[in-house]
Amino acid sequence: MASVTLDAVRKVYPGGTEAVTPTTLTIRDGEFLVLVGPSGCGKSTLLRMIAGLEDITEGELRIGDRIVNDVDPADRDIAMVFQNYALYPHMTVRRNIGYGLRNRGASAGEIARKVDEAAAMLNLRDYLDRKPSQLSGGQRQRIAMGRAIVRDPALFLFDEPLSNLDAKLRGQMRIEIRALQRRLGTTSIYVTHDQVEAMTMADRIVVLNGGRVEQVGTPAEIYHAPASTFVASFMGAPPMNLLTGRFESGAIRLDHGPALRAAPGGRSGPITIGIRPEDVRLGEGDHVFDVDLVEELGAHRLLHGRLGDQHFTAHVLKDMPVREGRQPIALPDAALALFDAQSGQRL
Amino acid sequence: MADMTHDTLAAAGPARPARRRLRLSTIGDHAILIAGALLMVAPLLMLVQMSTVPDAEIMRTGPSLAIGDRLWPNVRAALTESMSFSGRNTGLAMFRNSMILGLGFAVGKIVVAMMAAYAIVYFRLRFATLAFWAIFTTLLLPLEVRIVPSYEITQRLGLLNTWTGLIVPLIASATATFFFRQFFMSVPEELVEAARIDGAGPVKFFVDILVPLSRTMIAAMFIIMFVYGWNQYLWPTMIVTEDDRITLVQGIKQITQGLEGGQIPEYGRSNILAILAVLPPVLVVLFFQRWFVKGLTETDK
Amino acid sequence: MKRAAFDQKWFPVLLLLPQLSIICLFFYWPAWQALRSSFYLEDPFGFGSTFVGFENYLRLFRSGEYMQTAWFTLVFSLSVTFLSLAIALLLAVKADGVLRGAKTYRTLLMWVYAVAPPVAGFLALILFNQRWGPLTEFFRAFGWDFRIRLDYFDTAFAMIAVSVWKQIPVNFIFFLSGLQSIPKAVREAALIDNRSAVSRFWTVTFPLLAPTGFFLLIINITYSLFDTFGTIDTILRNNPGDQPITLTYQVYLDGFRGQDIGGSSAQSVVLMVVVLALTIVQFRMVERRIHYT
Ligand SMILES: Nc1ncnc2c1ncn2[C@@H]1O[C@H](COP(=O)(O)OP(=O)(O)O)[C@@H](O)[C@H]1O
Ligand SMILES: [Mg+2]
Repeated sequence: MASVTLDAVRKVYPGGTEAVTPTTLTIRDGEFLVLVGPSGCGKSTLLRMIAGLEDITEGELRIGDRIVNDVDPADRDIAMVFQNYALYPHMTVRRNIGYGLRNRGASAGEIARKVDEAAAMLNLRDYLDRKPSQLSGGQRQRIAMGRAIVRDPALFLFDEPLSNLDAKLRGQMRIEIRALQRRLGTTSIYVTHDQVEAMTMADRIVVLNGGRVEQVGTPAEIYHAPASTFVASFMGAPPMNLLTGRFESGAIRLDHGPALRAAPGGRSGPITIGIRPEDVRLGEGDHVFDVDLVEELGAHRLLHGRLGDQHFTAHVLKDMPVREGRQPIALPDAALALFDAQSGQRL
Repeated sequence: MADMTHDTLAAAGPARPARRRLRLSTIGDHAILIAGALLMVAPLLMLVQMSTVPDAEIMRTGPSLAIGDRLWPNVRAALTESMSFSGRNTGLAMFRNSMILGLGFAVGKIVVAMMAAYAIVYFRLRFATLAFWAIFTTLLLPLEVRIVPSYEITQRLGLLNTWTGLIVPLIASATATFFFRQFFMSVPEELVEAARIDGAGPVKFFVDILVPLSRTMIAAMFIIMFVYGWNQYLWPTMIVTEDDRITLVQGIKQITQGLEGGQIPEYGRSNILAILAVLPPVLVVLFFQRWFVKGLTETDK
Repeated sequence: MKRAAFDQKWFPVLLLLPQLSIICLFFYWPAWQALRSSFYLEDPFGFGSTFVGFENYLRLFRSGEYMQTAWFTLVFSLSVTFLSLAIALLLAVKADGVLRGAKTYRTLLMWVYAVAPPVAGFLALILFNQRWGPLTEFFRAFGWDFRIRLDYFDTAFAMIAVSVWKQIPVNFIFFLSGLQSIPKAVREAALIDNRSAVSRFWTVTFPLLAPTGFFLLIINITYSLFDTFGTIDTILRNNPGDQPITLTYQVYLDGFRGQDIGGSSAQSVVLMVVVLALTIVQFRMVERRIHYT
């Protein structure tokens, strides 16, 4: 087991793209850390630097107490699960799983024992003598997992391991991976662009945007106290409503709307006001919500429309009566998040 | 966010530049590649060098690093003077013959192959399977294993020393047909359906849709077939006996025989002819490298 | 055939006509002729021919000259195939690995593909020139008095050397494309699983190149058997004497120059059998799923 420390780690690709700006971050021993962000934000680059598959342009990377900038991937005591599984197509499942052990000079008996253990854990027992091409996507995914756990490394790295599976299997594997990691207690870094995966799996989440860390925190912190409008709109489905407004004579008001609440310490000028759709209260209050469309989702409904002249979404549970058209809503003070209108940073 | 370990955005912190590992193995890789490239290029450079110095000097010292001034006289001689007494196989004439063989073969093969592949893939033919097997069995046996009877038949048909006799028997193998068939099979079915709904008949569909779609494939095929045709040796050697039909590649043997002559062998002129014999296919391959590589590796399997 | 095929009856026949008539005339007829005349003895003065059964074949296998040619062909093919594959594989692996100059190396290593085999023979005559050939001088420095076209072994050596040179580019192109089709992530997984580059090559890269290598094996044997004719004929200049020749050259000598139609046809049939056997092996291997999907 090990912690991982990034000290101002930066990546500039030969073409000049700065994929990761200097980033400082500690992943604690035994933690399940999820790197989440839109496609192209540098998640894979960061992960691959930790794996040793990309050179680190600047900064220092430590796994445990050891500086590993110049250590080969095979010597970093890590295991990685790739998006397309990266199984060796010419080897049987058994050889695939045992390959890393064999290269580390494990005895035949030890390899056999560990491969059997891993196969049992992952329900792969019946397929050990098949080639990967004869197995389904979900099974291949399990082989990739088996290949990682059998080595008992200090660190697991996952690069979007579930994105090639269908939705149902993805949900199932999510739970399985998390349960497995709990059992083994191995420090894990998991990359995904799917915020649901991030929220459900992570001990802590790192939200990346344009090669920059936007926020680090537990899923609850990220959800309830987003550090920026980017985080607010990226995490959560549907995303947080972001409304333009302004400080005016000691109060916060929406553009073309009534005052919301008193402003802290005599500021003035434009701001962005955020509120989660489920925090909106329907049928009371002094704002007018003009509903265009009711989206039926079974356990709850989403109401889409406009507040003043801004797009707005509200989330209501299935028992609430809803209708289209203009209706009063309340935006509770406690649920409001205020962001700087220019920088998007939380105030 | 109090319990966060760290989330500093160390904007321009005094980051430590990563140590560049000196990779000995990278230097070794380049050494091997340079050696390989030299192995491939040096012989041709040697031919060029030899053709710039006087033949008498070659006689004494062989290839060297000296660059002389004989290149243009040698080029002129190679292009315009004949290798034999008939006076009809100058470099230029042989070049023309090679062009006819290369282009004729490539065009003929592609046209015949596309027609056949189109018939096999897009029509309901009663004897389709038979035609298919009849055509694709030819992939099994190269011309060389039936060279003597092929010669006799060509002779019986009175086609010795004709372009037809030279080119048509070389076309009698289904390589290109096979590739076009594969390609046509991969063309989405919706296209024919859409074309038929739009009222296009088979000729219109072929000309307006299939041929434009196959452009890359045709280009790749053309390069490969041109090189193949240009470089033919055994078949032309048997079929062409008259000087005015001899190709450059065929002429190589005459050139070497010229080198055995009593007086000073004309290395300068011979080497220019040899270079002339490789230049067009080499240029085609270099110039269309991407298509060529793609065509070769994707179709030859 | 496509689902939405056209219905015309005679148009497709018209389309097929050129291809079918060419292969009937110049493939099936000569192939049949070869098979037929291999069982007949042609009268040298053109007064018909007599059926002799397998006599032509037996004559071949009894002939010391033919058997020597067969042996040489075997050694020649295996040497050319093995050497050109090995060198090309080495170069392809290196060209695939370097970051700088990869394109330049690729171009320099593949252009010889377009060089005609007789030119390779022409180069051999210069490189191994008795008096001043650069390679002759090189070998002389080691006390090897290289005598091309005079010494059987030296001639064979020169033939193999330039035939390998001529064949490296094709193998290089295919190996490089094979290497580039190995998924990047698979190599990276190996990078994490295995610290030794040599062992990575033999346990991951090499097996994944096996389908390409196998395909090339057949291509190379076919090349050594048939396409090297031009190289060999240029080196021997119409005058093989007691110098090494291949089976294809022997067919040409006996059938075209020697007018021994029966014997040459029997030789053609032997070559056909060899090529067919190779093709069958190739299909079998494909069937045994040497291809990974
Ligand atoms: N090998 C590379 N060379 C140059 N630029 C790259 C390379 N790999 C990724 N990039 C660029 O770096 C940025 C981050 O890429 P990546 O880490 O793959 O993003 P993510 O995994 O978050 O989708 C992107 O802009 C991408 O185009
Ligand atoms: Mg990625």
